[in-house]
Amino acid sequence: MDLNYTPEEESFRAEVRAFVAAELPTEIRDKVILGRRVGKDDLVSWQKALYRRGWGAGMWPKRFGGAGWSVVQQHIFEEESAALGAPIQLPFSLRMVAPVLMAYGNAAQQQYFLPRILSGEDWWCQGYSEPGSGSDLASLRTSAARQADHYLVNGQKTWNTLGQHADWIFCLVRTSSEARPQQGISFLLIDMKTPGVSVRPIITVEGEHEINDIFFDNVKVPVENLVGEENKGWTYAKFLLGHERTGNAGIGNCKRGLKRLKKIATTQLMNGRPLIEDSRFRDRIARVELELTALEITNLRVLSADASESRGPGPEASILKIKGSEIIQEIAELQMHALGHDALPHIREALDLDWAAPPLFAQHYGDYAPPLSGQYFNQRKTTIYAGSTEVQKNIISKLILGL
Amino acid sequence: MDFRYSEEQLALQETLQRFISRDYGFERRRALAGSSLGFSAEAWRRYAELGLLALPFPEAFGGLGGNGVDTMAVMEQVGQGLLLEPYLSTVVLCGGLIRDAASEALKQSILPQIAAGKLRMALAAYEAAGRYDLAHVESTAVRDGSGWTLSGRKSVVLDAPSADYFLVSARSAGAVAEAEGISLFLVRHDTPGVTMFAYPTQSGGRAADLELKDVTVSCDAVIGAPGRALEILQRAVDCAIAALCGEVLGIVTALNQATLNHLKTRKQFGVVIGVFQALQHRMAEMIIAAEQIRSMAIIAAVHVDSKDAAASRRAIAGAKAYVGQASRFVGQQAVQLHGAMGVVDDVIISHYFKRLTMIDMSLGDADYHLARFSDTAAMQ
Repeated sequence: MDLNYTPEEESFRAEVRAFVAAELPTEIRDKVILGRRVGKDDLVSWQKALYRRGWGAGMWPKRFGGAGWSVVQQHIFEEESAALGAPIQLPFSLRMVAPVLMAYGNAAQQQYFLPRILSGEDWWCQGYSEPGSGSDLASLRTSAARQADHYLVNGQKTWNTLGQHADWIFCLVRTSSEARPQQGISFLLIDMKTPGVSVRPIITVEGEHEINDIFFDNVKVPVENLVGEENKGWTYAKFLLGHERTGNAGIGNCKRGLKRLKKIATTQLMNGRPLIEDSRFRDRIARVELELTALEITNLRVLSADASESRGPGPEASILKIKGSEIIQEIAELQMHALGHDALPHIREALDLDWAAPPLFAQHYGDYAPPLSGQYFNQRKTTIYAGSTEVQKNIISKLILGL
Repeated sequence: MDFRYSEEQLALQETLQRFISRDYGFERRRALAGSSLGFSAEAWRRYAELGLLALPFPEAFGGLGGNGVDTMAVMEQVGQGLLLEPYLSTVVLCGGLIRDAASEALKQSILPQIAAGKLRMALAAYEAAGRYDLAHVESTAVRDGSGWTLSGRKSVVLDAPSADYFLVSARSAGAVAEAEGISLFLVRHDTPGVTMFAYPTQSGGRAADLELKDVTVSCDAVIGAPGRALEILQRAVDCAIAALCGEVLGIVTALNQATLNHLKTRKQFGVVIGVFQALQHRMAEMIIAAEQIRSMAIIAAVHVDSKDAAASRRAIAGAKAYVGQASRFVGQQAVQLHGAMGVVDDVIISHYFKRLTMIDMSLGDADYHLARFSDTAAMQ
């Protein structure tokens, strides 16, 4: 066993650090570090910058235009990017639909879509959940009726993240009601500009517009947008979920959050002394740091095992998803708690980067306070989405424990 | 022992329940939270008519002579209805301070006006660097010929934007964190030298930061003995904490009801999700937490009227610590069991959750009060 990085990995780290430091615009970095609103343009322009460097998709195989990184390289990349305030790469595009296209898409789909994802040209979103189909995803009812050279799609998807910006949506649709629910599902790619597609915002707990309802009203989708075989979509859906859950852990983001938490606790005062001197609060930080320390290695162990056996993520992804979501929630909660009374204000305009705190407020509200309560509220979603913690535990019970 | 509300208290709760279901539904409440005042002036008048605004004041000043349990009964409904009006600030905190520490003349002029719904107040006691410590007062009060001159900053003053008067703590002697030397002043909101930066709060209310620059007030504006305000402030905050425990009780009761209903009606995998044992056990834990919260709220409410100041302080600190932890669990799990419906703005669950969170962060969070509770234990 060896927990050290090789000299090659260390020099790769230096290379990533230098690149991000040189290429990441200050404005984007500040938005990410300070927790201000990050827009579509910010994510797209960063994806384009990575693409120009040949790092548009580190983990993708080289034959699809990826960098072909090892698990450890990808880990280093995410850690350094997050630490320096780079925004996330859109998971729906890079980590979700792309692996499905590589594994199950045809050559034409791969050649058309993958380069556009890589270059940041297309923005993808996810059409999985429906009002009546959450944890029981296979009960979904959005229908796709085959008519000559197209499918006619009708139905509603919900809890769709960032679909207001999307060019494309990958959708689970029902193409047959004859057998078990799982056997009548297909995986369809739908152009968001198609007539009959409409997006309705859903405002979340912290007051922001992040998610949507998406309605399909007699939407004509060309048959060539079917991925793989008709009625085999459940297999692809589960494959995608494995990738989604693996990516959820977000070790780099958690590390940045932890560092930020320590800074906040050093700046915030309690009885005129830095809050971090309070052993009760400091112990809570220490506990979450230990969880994260362990998860970093668990994450690498699980991903390395998958990679060395050239297989997709297994049920162990559920372990990563449960722990990663709990840690990110705990960090968000501690960041909010560090504020004391300053957690109470809800100043929506303070989430814009150009907001200038009034003099009266600037001194104690600082640069870090505005987003923290909202982030705590918002992060409650992480134990719910991509299969709730309860669903993940069912997977572990069934597929790992054989219960 | 008797753990029941009295007939009068139950009747009062029923009246409030009727008011909430008729005039203070979720949509109405959302509209009020977004309005410029941030609450309902009409509801405030209604509370005056119902006697709520006179509840804890002596009869001699137009009050009803109510006790801590009366306030708990009201606050339980405030929680259920997520009421936005500044009841805690005006009646419990500031009204309580005036009742307990002000001169007869001030009591005569202020308490009947609060009771009649004509006057609202906000307590400006906390400062940014002090966190939850009421003794951390950097603001200064200097005695001069005819009165006092106040200067300093007060942070997150709840309900300040709608207040006619502030009660401001300032240091007239001693070092920043010393218990002695803190005085309390009655300051009109429009006194020259007072500036306010107002904002909404995370749970739909209003608050503000205040700056006082050479604000002059007369000697009559001093509440209690100069330099000795910490004790009365502490007691008023403890009364307010007991009230908040009642509010939490109302919220967790409502959340548990809504969550149980969700478990019984939401269908997945062809069955209602309440048949799953993992969720049944979670719900059972939430009900247990609510029962424990009720007991703690009762303990806190009864101690409001205790003669033993030290025992009262410790009991109420313990209640705030316990209720903060237990209600965190109920709030988080109510959200979790509702799934995505728990994290959206147009379902009431997220609003209850935010209010619970902000109550924990107000007047000292669970950690702060756990320290107060365990530190006093260590000294015994």
